[in-house]
Amino acid sequence: MSAAARAVTEAAARAAERVARDCYGRLVALLAWQWRDLAAAEDALSDAFAAALRTWPEQGLPDSPEAWLMAAAKRRLLHEARHTRLTQDPAVTALFGDDTAAPAAEAVPDARLRLMFVCAHPALAENVRAPLMLQAVLGLDAQAIASAFLVSPTAMAQRLVRAKARIREAGLRFDPPEASELPGRLAAVLDAIYGAYTLGRKDPDTPAGDLREEAVFLARLVTALQPDQPEAWGLLALLLHVEARRAAQFDAAGRFVPLPRQDPTAWDAGLAAEAEQALWTAARLRQPGPFQLEAAIQSAHAQRRATGHTPWAGIAQLYALLVAHHPSLGARVGQAVAQAEAGDPAAARATLDALPAAAVQAYPAYWVARAHVLRLAGAAGHDAALQRAIGLTEDPRLREFLLSQAVPFSGPA
Amino acid sequence: MQFMLIYRETTAEVGRRDDPAAAPAYWGAWNAYIGALGGAGVIVSGNGLQPPRTATTVRVTGGQRQVQDGPFADTHEHLGGYFIVEVASLDEALEWAARAPCASAGSVEVRPVLPPPPAQ
Repeated sequence: MSAAARAVTEAAARAAERVARDCYGRLVALLAWQWRDLAAAEDALSDAFAAALRTWPEQGLPDSPEAWLMAAAKRRLLHEARHTRLTQDPAVTALFGDDTAAPAAEAVPDARLRLMFVCAHPALAENVRAPLMLQAVLGLDAQAIASAFLVSPTAMAQRLVRAKARIREAGLRFDPPEASELPGRLAAVLDAIYGAYTLGRKDPDTPAGDLREEAVFLARLVTALQPDQPEAWGLLALLLHVEARRAAQFDAAGRFVPLPRQDPTAWDAGLAAEAEQALWTAARLRQPGPFQLEAAIQSAHAQRRATGHTPWAGIAQLYALLVAHHPSLGARVGQAVAQAEAGDPAAARATLDALPAAAVQAYPAYWVARAHVLRLAGAAGHDAALQRAIGLTEDPRLREFLLSQAVPFSGPA
Repeated sequence: MQFMLIYRETTAEVGRRDDPAAAPAYWGAWNAYIGALGGAGVIVSGNGLQPPRTATTVRVTGGQRQVQDGPFADTHEHLGGYFIVEVASLDEALEWAARAPCASAGSVEVRPVLPPPPAQ
């Protein structure tokens, strides 16, 4: 291949990648919505991208790559349908006219949200919703998703295939949920986005690190498409507050720095301000929920930048509200830490002791909190809890930090 | 379900055992990890191993014994130990694999254990 031809090929490949990032979710959402078949839509789009990589270097970039891909994918779907006689529904084939115009701008993001609602449908297993959303809406590959969720790639691929088959067989509706079921359905979408974010937070150096940004992107998208839903704003505020502290989480030597020891001037003021704005938008809608409460807790931590101290008593009250209405393991552990920091280690111990042993035995945050609470209370068992936390921690930098807090181990006999 | 977790360490990670500055953190991390496995009640059996240089390898080729100092082959990751764990699923075994100190300084292989042969 000549240098000039190679340059054209590379330009086409770059253009296809750019289009893929920009519009994959929109295209697959629109196709899946029209065709009622997520797997077929993804296959057709992936064929269209492959065709683009063959055709564009020879024929030059089309005026609208997105419309070109859409048309190619539609042809592919129609061909498949004719070939396999899967469907004779004139309402479906009518959608596959010769229109090559790019989909109308307003209809497109709407289709993406519909796709998110399908991916987080209550009929699907909870553990497949976030992976499915990342694959269908963002086009992440199964290998990267499997690594992020710590599942074997084969098992993850099977889970995704089964979920798509279930969508097809159960005829899950791609139509927007009824007004009455919207809050519940939206909560499942937000939970899946939050799940993707917390996975991405574990280790910034793995492919999972990207999931964090993808999750923030999805959270922003939901607020843009459902601006009157306070929990969507609450989730966005929560994620942005946590994002604002990313750079302060590790010092110059790469060592982990826990939140109370972070330098607040290292927090990203722009992201924090945007988070506060999102929380205000949520508050004006006057309908509190768990993500808004979590965001309010993070907002209270962020106050340290302005005031120099953390309002632990207020944080403990926010946790009490959260636990009263939306109890979860994470919320109870957070509540215990806030109670201890606010000067009531006895209440903190009671909160931790009330948690079922089976639920906490492999949950490192519990053992970190337990060690901290016992130390503040001047009680025994602090080091044993710390050891448990060290043994359960995946992140080597967090492990190093916890080891530095523990009684040094002298080595095997 | 039973799985064997096979812990492999990079040469640098193995070297930490003998480095006075690094050894306390090295052993501390493994001690805590094994303590957590034990605390969760998933250990069936298992052991850490002495370093690779202590190995002796035996082969019988064409009826001839061959004995060699050192492990089976020079590789950049060395077998450091193993545990057999009883857990509900492969996903849970992978969680335990990821928590091992050598997961970020080597690798952990997870293999299902063969069921015992049927009694004669």
